[in-house]
Amino acid sequence: MDKRLRAIAVLLVSALLLLVGVPLLLSGWLLFLLTVASAKALAVLGIVLLLRGKLLTFGHALYYATGAYAAGMAVRYLGVHEALVLLALALVAGVAMGALLGLLVARYRAVYFALLNLAFSMVLYGMLLKLYNVTGGTDGIGIGEPTLAGFRLGGNALRIAMYELSVILTAVLVYFTHRFFVSPLGYTLRAIRDNEVRVEYMGVSVWRAVYVSYIIAGALGAVSGCLIALSVGHITPDLAFWSQSGEFVFVAILGGTGSVLAPVIGSVLFEAVRNYAFELSPYTWQMTLGIVLLLIIFFLPGGVWSLTAYLPRRSSR
Amino acid sequence: MRLLLVVGLDGLAYASWLFLVSAGLTFTYGVLRVLNLAHGNLYALGAYLGATFVMRYAATGSTPALTYALLLLAAVIIGITVGPLIERLFLRRVYSRDEEVQLLLTFSISLILEDVVKLTWGVSPIFAELPYTFLGRVRLGGINYAWYPFLLTAVALAVGGLLWLVVTRTRLGKVLTSVITDREVSLTLGINVPRVYTLAFAAGAVLAALGGALTAPMFSLVPGVGAEVLVTSFAVVAIGGLGSIGGAALGALLVGLARSAAVYFFPELDLFAIYLIMAAVLAFRPQGFFGEVEVRRI
Amino acid sequence: MSALLETVGLTRFFGSVRAAEDLNMRVTEGETVGIIGSNGSGKTTFLNLATGYLKPERGRILLDGRDTTALPPRAITRLGVARSFQIPQLYLGMTVLEATLLSLAARAGRIGAWAPLQRDDRIGEARQTLAQFALDTHAPRLIGELPEGSRKLLDIALAVALKPRLLLMDEPTAGVSTEDKFEVMDTLAAVLRDSGITTLFVEHDMDVVQRYSQRVLVFDQGLVIADGEPAKVLGDADVRRAVLGHV
Repeated sequence: MDKRLRAIAVLLVSALLLLVGVPLLLSGWLLFLLTVASAKALAVLGIVLLLRGKLLTFGHALYYATGAYAAGMAVRYLGVHEALVLLALALVAGVAMGALLGLLVARYRAVYFALLNLAFSMVLYGMLLKLYNVTGGTDGIGIGEPTLAGFRLGGNALRIAMYELSVILTAVLVYFTHRFFVSPLGYTLRAIRDNEVRVEYMGVSVWRAVYVSYIIAGALGAVSGCLIALSVGHITPDLAFWSQSGEFVFVAILGGTGSVLAPVIGSVLFEAVRNYAFELSPYTWQMTLGIVLLLIIFFLPGGVWSLTAYLPRRSSR
Repeated sequence: MRLLLVVGLDGLAYASWLFLVSAGLTFTYGVLRVLNLAHGNLYALGAYLGATFVMRYAATGSTPALTYALLLLAAVIIGITVGPLIERLFLRRVYSRDEEVQLLLTFSISLILEDVVKLTWGVSPIFAELPYTFLGRVRLGGINYAWYPFLLTAVALAVGGLLWLVVTRTRLGKVLTSVITDREVSLTLGINVPRVYTLAFAAGAVLAALGGALTAPMFSLVPGVGAEVLVTSFAVVAIGGLGSIGGAALGALLVGLARSAAVYFFPELDLFAIYLIMAAVLAFRPQGFFGEVEVRRI
Repeated sequence: MSALLETVGLTRFFGSVRAAEDLNMRVTEGETVGIIGSNGSGKTTFLNLATGYLKPERGRILLDGRDTTALPPRAITRLGVARSFQIPQLYLGMTVLEATLLSLAARAGRIGAWAPLQRDDRIGEARQTLAQFALDTHAPRLIGELPEGSRKLLDIALAVALKPRLLLMDEPTAGVSTEDKFEVMDTLAAVLRDSGITTLFVEHDMDVVQRYSQRVLVFDQGLVIADGEPAKVLGDADVRRAVLGHV
């Protein structure tokens, strides 16, 4: 009982800190950084989810852009401005896209899986770029100021509201993903990673497990993209470009795949460092990422999260 | 009728380009079972170095005929320096690990090389068109064609033929086939598998760089050209079957003609022709035309 | 009594290698049947064919009268057939308990994404299953860290956890030392006897087959050359020559 009380207490304190303390104490720009980090963490979470089944995708920006442009289209053509509605639309778009592409992609593993996703993401990029009349091409689409649950906010209040929305949504989806990981389907994904043949001999469809997992990951990516659209206020085709996918993969590996919280940690770390490093030297940013990735591959394969193993822990059993 | 000629020749030109840029990727995969995500960067390096050589040389005002040799030289230089560097320093250390780790590794190399190109050559477009313009144009069936794409076709045929000859007729080819078929057995036969791997990777790098070098005279070069090449090459290789040179040739031909037809009949589709074909082929034959299906022994 | 498993004219070649040719056999419910044969006689291929992992070139496979020739392993498993493997096929990254729980969830058809796998009611059942195979103490261990013999038993336990009607075992004592062989088989036999599962097992070891099967099928180069009581079949000179290479 004591353990549960402690867990609830920790949860409440963190919630208080994150939702009340941070907006009050931090500057608007830092708040924005955390908003973006939190939103992007969802796309990274999608990648980590798939990595549970040893499925690495280099095209997750596809879903990121899908969510963002679903919102963008709704703003431009349907005149929708309500954030919650836009998020719902983005979710539906992400699920639909995942359900469609998953039909082909869920059959594959390793190299094929990684690059098929990349190929499709670049097709979307090309489409967003080329269909100028529909998508605005390189000009992109302006999202404007969304209403939140009907409330029209402006300026600082909106910034704080976006932060809160991002953090709460991320927390909720992280929790859902955690439940996925400890569910039979989550374990099936791990089993597929180790021995697909055995999974089939358990009477379980490997394809179906991969397909459903893929759709869930896509949904996470789409919500992520929509959140970004709402927070930043403007979207461009670059959201679908391969370097965005690469960034998500980098953060996934940086944070580590050992926990649902790792993508959040990795994302915050990444955004913080990126803000400073990119200004220092834009021509060496990707090189820096590449070198760091190499270092992680060779010296810290579990990512930053694996460092938590060194934290002192009390014996609980 | 004339339209068919145009579509056919355009298709052939594009197919030749596709084959040249994809051959290295599929060859490397065939021998090492690694898909080199830095393939596009090797292409870019070959293109940029080739362009630099040509422009420096052109400034001296000497005969343009030698620029082709310079392009070849650039490709070879990139291939035999950067290739073995990547393989021996980095790739070699992850052969025993998951395929995903190997992909991440070549991805990191790709990120690094991306900036190396930017740092070395800057971001302004570079256009070394002398080798292209020097060959002039020819009139075929009432249409004005540049000669250069035919050179590409000739090189593509030469490369394909050379690869086929080496693999089927030479001792090196037998060694390669042995390593491709069964690495463990090859080791026990006394074959220096690590050396074969380095060699094969270098050869793949030369081919990638060659594709870039020969393309440089056709378009102005900008950073980021590598990424598109990687995706395009993968599509061709996936259609043909990972590891199959013949497959890459067939895939290149199929996509080249299809895209060419699309340009004239369905212009909106031309960008996607390659991916539509890829999706269609993979939907019915997941391993591509000549790819292998591995059935696990239990 | 009708057959639980029956093959009719089962034929499969690998190039020129004959793994099965016009193979006819049947197993009735409740039987414990052993398959014996030398290396390359087609025993494992037979199991692969019967469970849908390989497709035959000719012939049919019937499960309780139903034609399952075209079905994949997944479907055949759902019809009540479970299988263990010559080389244990396990999830090395999971714990013993987790893998067992997954098998139980699979049997129940409950592979959802919301309710947790580790539920109290299922954990009890999982531990019971493991206890039958003396694997209970290994429950929290990573499968990758298990000793060889335990892995073999777990491989079988996961199949038994599916509560099949028919259990196919591929060399259950392969890789087990001669001292432990009979102990392993005794454990197995007790479990199977208690649960009344029809069993078909492939074996190398004539002693094991003699002691634990009611009926023996002898395979030789893809053909069934003998079928009957263990003592009689294994005493036959032709059979001994085919299986052992000598009389």
